[in-house]
Amino acid sequence: MVRFLLRRLTVAILVALTVLTLSFLLTRLSGDLAISIAGPNATQQDVEMIRQAYGLNRPLAQQYLDWLVRAVQGDFGESFFFKDRVANLIAHRLPITLTLGLVGLALALVVALPLGIIAAVREGSYVDRGVMLVALIGQAMPSFWLGLILMVVLGLNLGWLPISGTGGWEYYVMPGIVLSFSAIPSLMRLTRSGMIEALSSDYIRTARAKGLSRISILVKHGFRNAAIPVVSIAAVQLGFMLGGSIVIETVFAMHGVGYLAWESISKNDFPVVQAVILVLALIYIALTLLADLLNAVLDPRLRTS
Amino acid sequence: MSGAVLPGSGATRRLLRNATFVIGALIVGLVVVVAILAPWIAPYDPYAIDLGRRLVPPAWMEGGTPANWLGTDQLGRDYLSRLIYGARISLIIGVATVITSGIIGTTLGVLGGFYGGRIDDVVMFLITARLSIPVVLVALAVAGLLGTSFTLVILVLGLLLWDRFAVVARSTTMQLRTLDYVSAAWCAGSSHASVLLREILPNIATHLAVVATLEMALAILLEAALSFLGLGVPAPLPSWGLMISEAKEYMFFTPWVILVPGVALFVLVFGVNLLGDALRDMLGTDLSR
Repeated sequence: MVRFLLRRLTVAILVALTVLTLSFLLTRLSGDLAISIAGPNATQQDVEMIRQAYGLNRPLAQQYLDWLVRAVQGDFGESFFFKDRVANLIAHRLPITLTLGLVGLALALVVALPLGIIAAVREGSYVDRGVMLVALIGQAMPSFWLGLILMVVLGLNLGWLPISGTGGWEYYVMPGIVLSFSAIPSLMRLTRSGMIEALSSDYIRTARAKGLSRISILVKHGFRNAAIPVVSIAAVQLGFMLGGSIVIETVFAMHGVGYLAWESISKNDFPVVQAVILVLALIYIALTLLADLLNAVLDPRLRTS
Repeated sequence: MSGAVLPGSGATRRLLRNATFVIGALIVGLVVVVAILAPWIAPYDPYAIDLGRRLVPPAWMEGGTPANWLGTDQLGRDYLSRLIYGARISLIIGVATVITSGIIGTTLGVLGGFYGGRIDDVVMFLITARLSIPVVLVALAVAGLLGTSFTLVILVLGLLLWDRFAVVARSTTMQLRTLDYVSAAWCAGSSHASVLLREILPNIATHLAVVATLEMALAILLEAALSFLGLGVPAPLPSWGLMISEAKEYMFFTPWVILVPGVALFVLVFGVNLLGDALRDMLGTDLSR
């Protein structure tokens, strides 16, 4: 168990370092970052000034090491456009993205778990097929388009929810629904297959033979075993949802880190873009680590091996 | 089995009896035919601007005309013609991305699964690192740095979406490595390359086909999302995502402008996913035997 954890932790740190390096290299992709920052209307003088100010005239290896040392300390430099520390900007916007991600995950679980269980209990029936159809529809739905449709129907026609912007809980409902669509199919399929497997196992037969009630068998014996993979996949899905929130935040004009990244990309504000990629990647790495830990804690078979 | 006298291989026959597969194949087949025949079936030039006829509603709505069956966009371009040409963009990006990412992912996965040990550690590490990178964000950042273009979208998505190919190729190769016929080829003196290409690859092909449908659906959706955000396929190309983006200013007054390209996108991705599901079901029954 300790060896497993150490190994897992080492991999996580190595992956984090790789992502750090990649996000540094990404901004050097265009060849000359100073020209990209200066924009299309800049003079040669402007470009030279930017090169000096950001230390882009130093050797690449030195720039990289300098950036790495600062990034590890949580210092991502200064934003050109917002005239603020990048770390401040992200700290200010991250709660919105995290809230949105958690709302999306909660909605996804509320829909996916009961549907997955019902489909498993009635395996092969029309109910099961209907549930699988819901999964397919969720998979094929373009998230930004669903967002626009909800804005027209729920926001404009019915007037139930604010159309876009950042604010109280009501601003999180529509983006949360859209975000949950990306996680529902996989969570539902996993719950269904896990339940089917659990329900056909020996301990369920024993529980039935003991004369336990149907609900008690389903929840206490069936779902508790089917839930193990669902919990870890839910953590991983949350990571994916945070990464994908850039599209939804932009559609709904929610001022989270995704929207920040989109604004920064269109303003050529690369220190911010670099930092957002890094922060989202680190959150994902932490979530997968957490998923593995949860797995080990929940499943005694994994703990002892 | 009662149908055993019917001609054709068992797998093909099972697929044709599978409603999921047939519906999926019909949808995808229709889009492919429309995309190929675009110059002959599109009623107008998809780029022809007619500012005198802006936002004409579809034929069945009030004010619509049979001349523009799906209406016109904000620049007076025929919506049906743009939709038809847009199918080409989605399909080309879907197929090209799958080929690029399929080659990368399959190579890595097969090598890791076949050789194990250090090589497998490296492959696993690459997969883990790749999964931690937020795809949409990186694709947007690259487009922001290098400028938008059709080939860039294919390249970026192709280089990012190989993870599932690698995972599936790795695990299926691992299962095959220990089987008798692979050991037999091994003992008969076949080279590494020969075992990999002639024994392993053909036997994991169906599993990879399932992944290919999933990745194609994902690539089509991602292209649309990138184009929607203005950092995918550049205007005036009739990408469905770009059409939705250009129309969204008008959606509160004329909702059909976002409905038409969105439904097209949904139906195509739905069809591709149906094909994938049917293939997976077939594999499921094969494996249980």
